[in-house]
Amino acid sequence: MMKLNYRLYRKTKNFAFLVLTLGSAIAVLIPLFMIIQFVLVQGASSLTLDFFTELPKPVGELGGGMKHAIVGTICLVILGAAIAVPIGVTCGIYLSEFRKSKLSKNLKLTVDLMSGIPSIVIGIFAYLMVVVPLKSFSALAGGIALSIIMLPIIIKTSEEILKLVPDHIREAGLALGLPRWKVILFVVLKGEISNLLTGIILAISRAAGETAPLLFTAFGNMYMSYGLNQPMASLPVQIYTYAISPYKEWQKQAWAGAFVLMVLILSMNLFARYILTKIKDKKGIS
Amino acid sequence: MTDYNHAKIILEAKKLEAWFGDFQAVKGITVDYREKTINAIIGPSGCGKSTYLRCLNRIHEEIEGARTAGEVLLEGENIYDKKVDVVDVRRRIGMVFQKPNPFPSMSILDNVVIGLRLQGISKRSTLLETAESCLRKAALWDEVKDKLSSMGTSLSGGQQQRLCIARALAVNPPVLLMDEPTSALDPIATAKIEELMNEIKKDYTVIIVTHNMQQAARISDFTSFFHYGNMVEHGMSSNIFTNPKEKSTEDYISGRFG
Repeated sequence: MMKLNYRLYRKTKNFAFLVLTLGSAIAVLIPLFMIIQFVLVQGASSLTLDFFTELPKPVGELGGGMKHAIVGTICLVILGAAIAVPIGVTCGIYLSEFRKSKLSKNLKLTVDLMSGIPSIVIGIFAYLMVVVPLKSFSALAGGIALSIIMLPIIIKTSEEILKLVPDHIREAGLALGLPRWKVILFVVLKGEISNLLTGIILAISRAAGETAPLLFTAFGNMYMSYGLNQPMASLPVQIYTYAISPYKEWQKQAWAGAFVLMVLILSMNLFARYILTKIKDKKGIS
Repeated sequence: MTDYNHAKIILEAKKLEAWFGDFQAVKGITVDYREKTINAIIGPSGCGKSTYLRCLNRIHEEIEGARTAGEVLLEGENIYDKKVDVVDVRRRIGMVFQKPNPFPSMSILDNVVIGLRLQGISKRSTLLETAESCLRKAALWDEVKDKLSSMGTSLSGGQQQRLCIARALAVNPPVLLMDEPTSALDPIATAKIEELMNEIKKDYTVIIVTHNMQQAARISDFTSFFHYGNMVEHGMSSNIFTNPKEKSTEDYISGRFG
């Protein structure tokens, strides 16, 4: 009798725990699917071919698109990555390969703090550092703001990826009579390039969706612009401007923009993860 | 019995000591190694044999808090001298580790020639030639000649270890250190590696740490017995294993402790 009771009690506990964990897992999925569904329904219905090929039309006129904002987002992200990737990866190398140094320990803390800075604060910082001295909103300021968003992510992922390379690999390289820098570049790093790329893509996809850092740096633009010293449109800012406008047409455009932005970021993320799993398969690590 | 007294001394340790932080792992070892011999180091776990071996190519100092004292003379030149380039030392004293560690994401061929390639040798025919001769010396050529471009990590454990030996031989170091190279391998793979050691002995001096006393007796010309960071006894393997001078050596090789 005692035994039966105990077994029942144990099974009940087990079941309760299963329900709890499964419930939480589903609870996480609900908002994600709701967002995707919402944007999909609203956005896809407002999406036309014109959206990709046309510039915005004045209020009251039908049609128009966000060609300039799509191009702008791509330009800003490339600019940001051009700044953040070389610095971020090298910094990650330093943190991983020279982890014993005192600077390395302090730097790690700084990077952790940096990733916690609200993006609006980064926007203000870029505004003060670039926009004010140059006396103009500019793509350059936007790119710098985005690069500051990307930096901690790139540094962190690079460091983690390189730290996963076991020490005996480094020792094997050193024991061959290779100088340390060659061991780092051609033995440690070489095997991890695709992994590093994944980290970079994740950082880029994060920055591509940011609005706050761009609000008063790249500012936005209703026309096509390519100049680094001119304000540049971007999808998030354009969506923001259109979404809070009172015009129904513009709001529809904002939905379409949200849809495009989401698809862009999701596909970048999926692509990165796809590469990652492929590499892992090839290496035989699960 | 071969007479080694006339063989040239290639490597000498003089009062070599090593620490991890405050812990002294190696307590003043003085010994010399003759050219083209196999020298075994035996002793119970934690007796400092691996640390000692890692001092001989200055890889010990890569560990945080590690330091050394004393001298190691390679062909008469102290490798711990400030004027000596550590990279050059390691090029002349190769090392094979306990766990097979081929470079991941590199092909078998790349694994073997990476040392040469990063020294600036890029001529494909030279690299291929070296790869073949080293893989042959490591008794691996026949097993991999048709798949040189597959990943080094795709090989079996025993093959990986032989690949690591080929990689170490490719930079052509006169001295090769082996840190329990067969402890992770099965008897067949072990036999292959022992066989190849007898081959490479013709060109190289080998210093091998091993836990396997039969192995030491089988393959080595000289044996040192280490205990608590000291070298208790060093001599011809034939003497050490049949007629040890020290009581603790006898106890260890007869299996009474360790």
